[in-house]
Amino acid sequence: MTLKSLLLSAALALATTPALAEGIKVGLITTLSGGGAGIGADVRDGFMLALKQAGDAGAQVEVILEDDQQKPDIAVQIADKMIQSDDVDVLTGIIWSNLAMAVVPAATAQGKIYLSSNAAPSALAGEGCNPNYFSVSYQNDNLHEAAGAYASEKGVGKMFIMAPNYPAGQDSLAGFKRFYKGEVVAEVYTQVGQTDFAAEIAQIRASGADEVFFFQPGGMGIAFLKQYAESGVGIPLIGPGFSLSEDILPAVGDAALGIKNTSHWSTDLDNPANKAFVDGFRADYGRFPSLYAAQAYDTANLILSALAKAGPDDQAAFLAAIKAADFASVRGKFSFGPNQHPIQDIYVLEVEKRDGALTNKIIGTAMTDRGDAYAELCKM
Amino acid sequence: MLLAEQALNGLQYGMMLFLMAAGLTLVFGVMGLINLAHGALYMIGAFACATVAAATGSFWLGLVASLAAAAAAGALVEMAVIRRLYTRDHLDQVLATFALILIFSEGTRWVFGSFPLYLTLPPALSGAVTLPGGLQYPLFRLVIICVGAAVALGLWLLITRTRLGIRIRAGEADREMIGALGVDIARLYTIVFALGAALAGLAGALVGSIQSVQVGMGEPVLILAFVVIVIGGIGSIKGALIGALLVGMTDTIGKALLPALFAQFMERSAANTTGAGLASMLIYILMAGVLLVRPQGLFGART
Repeated sequence: MTLKSLLLSAALALATTPALAEGIKVGLITTLSGGGAGIGADVRDGFMLALKQAGDAGAQVEVILEDDQQKPDIAVQIADKMIQSDDVDVLTGIIWSNLAMAVVPAATAQGKIYLSSNAAPSALAGEGCNPNYFSVSYQNDNLHEAAGAYASEKGVGKMFIMAPNYPAGQDSLAGFKRFYKGEVVAEVYTQVGQTDFAAEIAQIRASGADEVFFFQPGGMGIAFLKQYAESGVGIPLIGPGFSLSEDILPAVGDAALGIKNTSHWSTDLDNPANKAFVDGFRADYGRFPSLYAAQAYDTANLILSALAKAGPDDQAAFLAAIKAADFASVRGKFSFGPNQHPIQDIYVLEVEKRDGALTNKIIGTAMTDRGDAYAELCKM
Repeated sequence: MLLAEQALNGLQYGMMLFLMAAGLTLVFGVMGLINLAHGALYMIGAFACATVAAATGSFWLGLVASLAAAAAAGALVEMAVIRRLYTRDHLDQVLATFALILIFSEGTRWVFGSFPLYLTLPPALSGAVTLPGGLQYPLFRLVIICVGAAVALGLWLLITRTRLGIRIRAGEADREMIGALGVDIARLYTIVFALGAALAGLAGALVGSIQSVQVGMGEPVLILAFVVIVIGGIGSIKGALIGALLVGMTDTIGKALLPALFAQFMERSAANTTGAGLASMLIYILMAGVLLVRPQGLFGART
């Protein structure tokens, strides 16, 4: 190599470096097979839609997408690969709290930024909070707290409550009980990934409860709702938004009509960002987006808003730009609390049929400007 | 009332296990073959039912398709692969049939994708019925119990009352001798294998209808089916039935009662973990107990 070509290549390298620094590498780990695949597809599609709608700005984001199969060990392997060989700047996309617990602390310890587009276990909101970790979705307890508040306000005297036995399920029932004033007649934990709910339905039938609160996301929710409809048990159901989200409603069918649930977002939430999101999603994918898609869409837009202010190489400035949350959320108002979890309104929704497909509509507000119960434990 | 409903749930689970175990025990008993790919045939039945039901709108055609597809897949696999394994030892059989699991799983993923499929029950089979005593129970689960009982009766008649049954029993006892007597042993083996596959396919379609149809759905059931035939005695249809009902009841009642029992003196979430863990162990404890007293299984002929 001559001196001239060496100089030339050095100059070229110098010329291309700033262009590289403008971009950002995002590792998107989500569930694309098994009972949680519907959720993962919504996370992926919501995230990609935001990048597509952003045009040139969106093209700066390089996304590395991997399927975690809803298994913690696979998620850890993928995260290690993304951190060590792909050298991503930001990780996101994990749906399940047990997977998040396996990945997030290790990722932040290695100096990576984790922006959660869904799972937000209580262990990471209180003493386990970290400057490199943000929840763009909620804190796990939130939607369940709202359901508890709604059930109390409605005057339901006796509740049967049920959730899968994993961190988010424990947060769910803790959150529900925090705001429910009536009597909990039975508290049942199911297995994660369970597909047969005959034993639980028998317990519900015998419980004498006035209503049932059930947290069963993804394929578990489909199986439970279908079997519950078959069982002839007429006790009304209340769920968090996860149990009646648009990713599972088509498979459940009309059995879901009219069921009340609580969520921080809905397809009919009236603001310009949400209209662009819901219309764009339906046009591109031919189905209603779920709250998971909305959260992933917000996460992508949050990254783009921060990227407009600072590159990921200047991590302090980039984190400050994330914390400012200077983007148009599909939820309308959105800000981060002291533990970097959202402060937002939570609504009461009801499943309805719109344009021949099932989705939710807002029928009331359960909580206003809700932060979370763990913020004060966070020393950051 | 709660206990009665849980007992019915256990019975339904047991009947589903019996449909799986019957084919497995026949194949093992008659051919001396360990077939790990039995769970893949269960999955094929479920996918065939879901696909045909979605295409034609008829659940009944889907059920017929599940039997046909699983039997055809079974016959094909027997002629292409399994036939070469009868003279090999069990380790070779386990390796080859394990390879079949991987081929079927990835093939199904390739054709149908990783998304679960969901079936809609026909109106005639959906909803709940009121049983004598006032207990309400989902009709479809009762149908599964009846199908299981009908299959048990049918298999018993087939084995004890028909020429095919005589050949199957003879093949079990001495395969060289019936070959020497002029029975086409290769065809007999293909028929038995296809019959076992069809039953697995039927089980897959029935369970897929109330749960979901997805890649890998057969393997957890396969393990339980092996427990069932070990408890019941290898090669015995009666043993498979009794073993399946024992396992189904133990599992369901254990899962229903143990967490509540532990919750008397433990925190809810921990009680569930311990209770459910112990409940899933119960069937293996049951198996160990049976093997201690009767090493050949409850109705096993060989020692």
